[in-house]
Amino acid sequence: MIRTLPTSRTYDFGFRLYICFYFVFLFAPLLVTCVLAFNDSLFPSLPWKGFTLDWFFSNHAERIGIFHDRINLDSIWVSARVAFFVTLLSVSVGTCAAFLFEQEDFPFKSLLYFLMLAPLVIPGVILGISILLVSNTLGTALEDSWRMDVGILRPGFWLVVLGQFSFITTLVTLVVSARLKKFDTTLEEAALNLGANRMQVIFHITLKFLRPAIIGAAAMAFLMSFENFNTTLFLVGSEATLPINLYLQVRDGSTPVINAVSFLLIAGTSLAAMAMLYMSGKSET
Amino acid sequence: MTQHRKWGLFFFLTPVLLWLTLLIVLPHIDLLRMSFILETDTGETEWRLSNYASFFKEPIYWLTFVRTAIYSIIVTLLTLVVALPVSFFITKVARPGTRGFLMLLILLPFWVSELVRVYGWMILLRESGVINHFLLKLGILDQPVEMLYNDAAMILGLVYTSMLFMVVPLVSVLESLDDSLIEAAYDLGADMGTIVFKIIVPHATPGIVSGAIVVFMLTLGNYLTPNLMGGKNSLWFTEQIYNQFIASFNWNQGAAFGFLLLLLSSGIVWLGLKLSGQTLGKVVR
Repeated sequence: MIRTLPTSRTYDFGFRLYICFYFVFLFAPLLVTCVLAFNDSLFPSLPWKGFTLDWFFSNHAERIGIFHDRINLDSIWVSARVAFFVTLLSVSVGTCAAFLFEQEDFPFKSLLYFLMLAPLVIPGVILGISILLVSNTLGTALEDSWRMDVGILRPGFWLVVLGQFSFITTLVTLVVSARLKKFDTTLEEAALNLGANRMQVIFHITLKFLRPAIIGAAAMAFLMSFENFNTTLFLVGSEATLPINLYLQVRDGSTPVINAVSFLLIAGTSLAAMAMLYMSGKSET
Repeated sequence: MTQHRKWGLFFFLTPVLLWLTLLIVLPHIDLLRMSFILETDTGETEWRLSNYASFFKEPIYWLTFVRTAIYSIIVTLLTLVVALPVSFFITKVARPGTRGFLMLLILLPFWVSELVRVYGWMILLRESGVINHFLLKLGILDQPVEMLYNDAAMILGLVYTSMLFMVVPLVSVLESLDDSLIEAAYDLGADMGTIVFKIIVPHATPGIVSGAIVVFMLTLGNYLTPNLMGGKNSLWFTEQIYNQFIASFNWNQGAAFGFLLLLLSSGIVWLGLKLSGQTLGKVVR
């Protein structure tokens, strides 16, 4: 059973085999995707026809590598911009929410807290359609009554940002709150006694203490936004984000360019994850 | 001092209220409102229940709904069955030194976009895929078999996608299980089954519940995996919503479907919390 108890050989062997299978199951799809990005073939499948970097750098008519593929490059740029704004907004509002729920007291606080948690249990698809509906209702109303044409309310870049922001902020709030709970409030009291005002205390003491959590939350927000599909699907306009663009390509048949993009995503996120773990390990000691 | 307090409350409350009312409360009220509106041929709108009536009248709609619910339950159970031994291995069997590394390995695939993971399974399973290639090479198969585009492939994909959300709560709950309880049971002559069902499972119940809730919700609201890995007959309810919104442009019908999915999802979450005597706030942590 556990380390300290004697177990039979077959049991031990079986358990280890199961764990091995589990890890094969976990990594097989990612590994195959990466390997086939370098196969010298027009299709992302075996047999292996030799190593090539064409799917990254080539610029021929029949094989255009990712670095010359305008549509994919554009969608990466859109995703990066969306993720930047989502991160900025959700970290600012999420940090405010953490202060609000940890340090303030006001009527209907528990109701508001419940509302703050709600995006966790609302499927992303539903969040997408309801934001689409309300922005459309609002846009129509503004146009009918004041003849105003508000571009933000039509599916497109800013609606995608708002849609992702609506649930990522909840996650940021939870991460920052968890750290704020550990904050020693006597530090704040000392600063207040020494004549600092509340905002000075927050900027010079509390936010400094929260910095690792805020950086971690920002990295998480960026990644979640960059990869979001469900909510974005209904709010996207003419500027497709990377996951939407990849989805359309995968649905209509695939080329090894998708493998090349996937390889870059896998490499990028692994590096980011390692960096975050390294940093969080450092900040805890 | 009290003046500062009030100002602080105002400063934190405003962005949070704006976020929650404009992006969470209003959109869902509008979703509910739209679902009761019928647009007649003359372009006028009437308050009707017809969108809900057509859900119950058309078997394809409610059958998809029931199918999605049942498959989500199956996926949740399968994920639990696969994840429990893995979590047990990490917390109790593996040497303490390797625990961090194993956890990192388990987390890593889930940092990568869901689309990339699904794409990986597609190039593994399809008719010209990697698994078929090896089976043909080894002489197990005479001709390639289409393993993608059926319910089994879809379930595999859904289990894979939701694995992380089961393993993490299970690992954290099993970490708090005292080894000596298992040792004592063993010394008193308990067999494996007794130890698993009388000690491990009861202790892990909070983790199982929070994992199951998250997995169920994410599976129910998934669009990518059923759409890309399921066959022609594996219609998911989110695809019905998508069809109403994007293909038929019947937003009122789509809103009704969306609201029904939201009801099912929150109903199950509520039931899970009630049965296990937990609150949403506790499960989040």
